[in-house]
Amino acid sequence: MRTDEVQGFVDRHVGERGGLISILEDMQARYGYLPADVLRAVAERTGQSLTDVYGVATFYKSFSLKPRGKHLCSVCVGTACHVRRAPMVAREVERRLGIRPGDTTADREFTLETVNCLGACALGPIVVVDGHYFSAVTTGKVKDILEQTRAGLDRVDVKTDRRIFPVTVSCSRCNHSLMDAAHPIDGSPSIRVTVSFKRHHGWLRLSSLYGSYTLECEYEIPMDAVVDFFCPHCHADLKSAAGCPECGAPMVAMIVRAGGIVQVCSRRGCKGHMLDLNGSGF
Amino acid sequence: MVDLKINGLHVSMPEGSTLLEAARFLGFPIPTLCHMDGLEPYGACRLCVVEIGREPKARLVTACTYPVQEGLEVRTASSRVLRARVMILELLLASCPQSRTIQDLASAHNVRQQRFRQEHEDCILCGRCVRMCKEQMMAGAIGFRGRGENRSIGTPFDLRSEQCRLCGGCIYVCPACQLRCTYNEPEKAICGGCANLSPPCIEKEPFDDMMCYMSPCVACEIPKE
Repeated sequence: MRTDEVQGFVDRHVGERGGLISILEDMQARYGYLPADVLRAVAERTGQSLTDVYGVATFYKSFSLKPRGKHLCSVCVGTACHVRRAPMVAREVERRLGIRPGDTTADREFTLETVNCLGACALGPIVVVDGHYFSAVTTGKVKDILEQTRAGLDRVDVKTDRRIFPVTVSCSRCNHSLMDAAHPIDGSPSIRVTVSFKRHHGWLRLSSLYGSYTLECEYEIPMDAVVDFFCPHCHADLKSAAGCPECGAPMVAMIVRAGGIVQVCSRRGCKGHMLDLNGSGF
Repeated sequence: MVDLKINGLHVSMPEGSTLLEAARFLGFPIPTLCHMDGLEPYGACRLCVVEIGREPKARLVTACTYPVQEGLEVRTASSRVLRARVMILELLLASCPQSRTIQDLASAHNVRQQRFRQEHEDCILCGRCVRMCKEQMMAGAIGFRGRGENRSIGTPFDLRSEQCRLCGGCIYVCPACQLRCTYNEPEKAICGGCANLSPPCIEKEPFDDMMCYMSPCVACEIPKE
């Protein structure tokens, strides 16, 4: 239950100064907004009055009490952007999405908001979608931006992105290679593991390119489900002692052939990962 | 003890007391609105501004929150202070013209006109009710929400709070809604600005011999069908 989960978030920032904001930030990241029952639970667990928690949650613009869409589209209408026709850009986005600033589309895809300055006035008019900055936006570019967002902004171009490199991994217990050359993903051998969640038990293939999040699975894993990972050879649980730096779910550790450890988050949809080439953290 | 000078008079005040207390000790009148004995000073209404320091570094501070300092020179009625006070009163009048408290304060300072766009807010966000609820009633049922021009006082989610005991303390201390609470329509006799709280007489039947903090209350005079 959601309210039980809250305790974990609260414990992580207990006794911290300004801890309430950190707790709310974590929960905003977790749920995409701050549901009423979660706010009540935070008030109860932190011992602060609901009034104070609600006051903080409504004070900061980064918190939302209404469900937000999958993509957050912020259009800057600050002075510098304004004189470069940001209002027309904003109107075009409104027209294309059919919503007003502050609202979310009916299909829960987009949330539109206008912001007053993003501090990048020289590049204006600016539109930010999910943390990706689009500069010198004109009304003509709006369509492209929205389509690109629908297609997925986080999809990395494997061929051209130089931050991406392949890793060869093996099981942390039996040291048997987990690479599966017969089923390449992103053009290089995939990493094959066994996963189980709820009553399902089957294979999962991950891209071996560090930085790519492409994966294939026998079963459709629901978003946010925490999945158990096993070695397909020795059936050892690949779970490590570490928690995900992004969401706190258990991490899955694998040995990198070149030396070191790579860890990925076991929660579906979470992109938390660590690469430790010295192996000191293991 | 801290020695300071108020309007040229020496006064010794215990450490931690405020300029307002020092001025009142000497008998200099300082008008206040959001200040209330027994509640934490808040400095929201700015009506109690006084001038401290020497020219050209003199500045205006709120007397209710400023602690006494050794050797401080305070002027409670300089022309700058009076100008600022009149301005603040005009702004308060512009936002909340129906309040008896504000009208009385304005007339006491010879403010008969204000030059701003007239609004008809029912709250000046002085925070008296919020502090009353939290500090004296130990409830914390109402608080500030939002910010900027969307700032308002009320309960979380606009639902009646479980902490609210309908004590009416918030209405009692409110400087703005005294007149509004005696609306002669029962469904409107709710102090929405301060508390989203209905008077007990409307909630609880029968209300013949109930003690009411709003006596005389017009709402009670209305025959109920």
